[in-house]
Amino acid sequence: MAVKTEIIFNRQVSKRYFHLKVKVPDKQLFPVQAGQFFHIKCSDDQKPLLRRPFSIFRINEEEGTLEFLYLVKGIGTKALALRRPKEKLDILGPLGTSFTMKEESRNILVVARGVGIATLSALAFKAKGENVSCFAIISARSQEDYLVEAELKIAGVEAFFVNDEDGTSNPQCVRLLAETLIKEKKIDGIYTCGSRRLSVLMKQLACQYELFAEIAVEENMGCGIGSCYGCVCNVEEEERVRPVRICMEGPVLPLKKVVFA
Amino acid sequence: MSGLEVTLGKLHLKNPIMPASGTFAEQMTNYIDVNQLGAIIPKSITKHRRTGNPTPRICETKAGGMINSIGIQSEGLTYFKEKTIPFYASFSTPFIPSVSADSIEEFTEVCEELGEMDEVDAIELNISCPNLKNNGVAFGMDPSVSYELVNRVRKVIKKPIIPKLSPNVTSIAEIARACEAAGADILTVSNTFIAMSIDVHTRKPKISNVMGGYSGPAILPLVVRLVYQVHQASSLPIIGCGGVMTGEDAVELMLAGASAVQIGTASFVDPEAMITIREEIEEYMKLHGIKDIQEIIGGVMVHKP
Repeated sequence: MAVKTEIIFNRQVSKRYFHLKVKVPDKQLFPVQAGQFFHIKCSDDQKPLLRRPFSIFRINEEEGTLEFLYLVKGIGTKALALRRPKEKLDILGPLGTSFTMKEESRNILVVARGVGIATLSALAFKAKGENVSCFAIISARSQEDYLVEAELKIAGVEAFFVNDEDGTSNPQCVRLLAETLIKEKKIDGIYTCGSRRLSVLMKQLACQYELFAEIAVEENMGCGIGSCYGCVCNVEEEERVRPVRICMEGPVLPLKKVVFA
Repeated sequence: MSGLEVTLGKLHLKNPIMPASGTFAEQMTNYIDVNQLGAIIPKSITKHRRTGNPTPRICETKAGGMINSIGIQSEGLTYFKEKTIPFYASFSTPFIPSVSADSIEEFTEVCEELGEMDEVDAIELNISCPNLKNNGVAFGMDPSVSYELVNRVRKVIKKPIIPKLSPNVTSIAEIARACEAAGADILTVSNTFIAMSIDVHTRKPKISNVMGGYSGPAILPLVVRLVYQVHQASSLPIIGCGGVMTGEDAVELMLAGASAVQIGTASFVDPEAMITIREEIEEYMKLHGIKDIQEIIGGVMVHKP
């Protein structure tokens, strides 16, 4: 459902990223699960016209608040960055599928690039609540773009940061790091978001080590509720490839089934 | 006859509001009471399953519009008859499938099958899709092809047929007259406008199919003009489609000559938009003391020299 929330804060946390927190009236939208997204109307006029999808970063059900972390990139996020505390913000959701953790899961690895860590951070807090150890590989353009270090620490995540500037984010380095973690930490689940290149690598590792794996997929969306077929992703099932609507069957999908173009 | 009821030939609707094909799926019933709509028009159906175009399929433009190139992703006619039609049959609202096909023969075949079903109240013909037998030119871009297609479909079904005209033509009036002569009952005016948008930083087209259909509030004045022109050229009832975001926008199309109005992009912004727009039309009628919405159809006052 679409609800008018109140902006608590909307602040810049690094050169390109913003952190938004909203108060949900009467906790109307709860429960919200890690991995789900909200379709947000970034401004009250027709510019931008369409809503924009934002994955949930922090879920605070007790206080009835939600938090989002976003990269300011196009006309939608630029308009959202201008919104101020106490303004009303129209959000539609929660939408889509959420991350799942197997009951027997003990140690998970999250691998994120850029703002992909937003949705995986929510998963890290879920893992903490279920006494599952969480390890993370966080990839960014530069050290300046490292996000949510403090939050991950609160969630008890052992995080490894890699970046393009010092070359540590290239697939060979990440593969070495991920394989070391998989073996040494007895990883039993992989979760990824934010990079096609890393997702392909994680799919290879998940298949190689026969690990449960999920991905949160991103795509331009029209309606966000399954009407327009604007956001699709190919999945492979029983030797058949079929396009699924990311807003309906995703954004969280089984990583091994996703076909990367 | 009073209030919001409208009559389009043999089709009687409790109000003039319905979704534009391609912007409405079963999931919308979670957000709105479909029984409050004038008609239901789901996404175009094709004979065979189609996977649609690669992503990105959608982009937004700065001028209040969006470009899409979905490529008619469809589960095919068998699935549609087994799953989709029974789902919509539970509602009291008239059900109008939209049909797309690669050839006139396929159009005729699909329409004949659907026309035999009691649940189907009318059929919209999406004649703006690429015609693979005519070098990529849409059926609706050529009056003689439009005539032949509508005429062939007319021969196999008795229910109202509604060609959805393309705006990407030199003279939409000519196409409208061809469809009328071929036996169409109603005309939808119009489909999306062919458009293109480029990311200046990457220098790549913003959607994978390079070009797509432009919709949203930016196109409303263009559609008002098209509806007005078709209303002058043809005696068939018109369903206006394109750029309607508010009740006043819908009234504008009706004043230009539309008897009913389809809502598309507005439902992406607000899933409840169709209900809101219907309520805003009622407010407009109240404000102007209009008892019967049919009074305003074609009611634009043009001072001719």
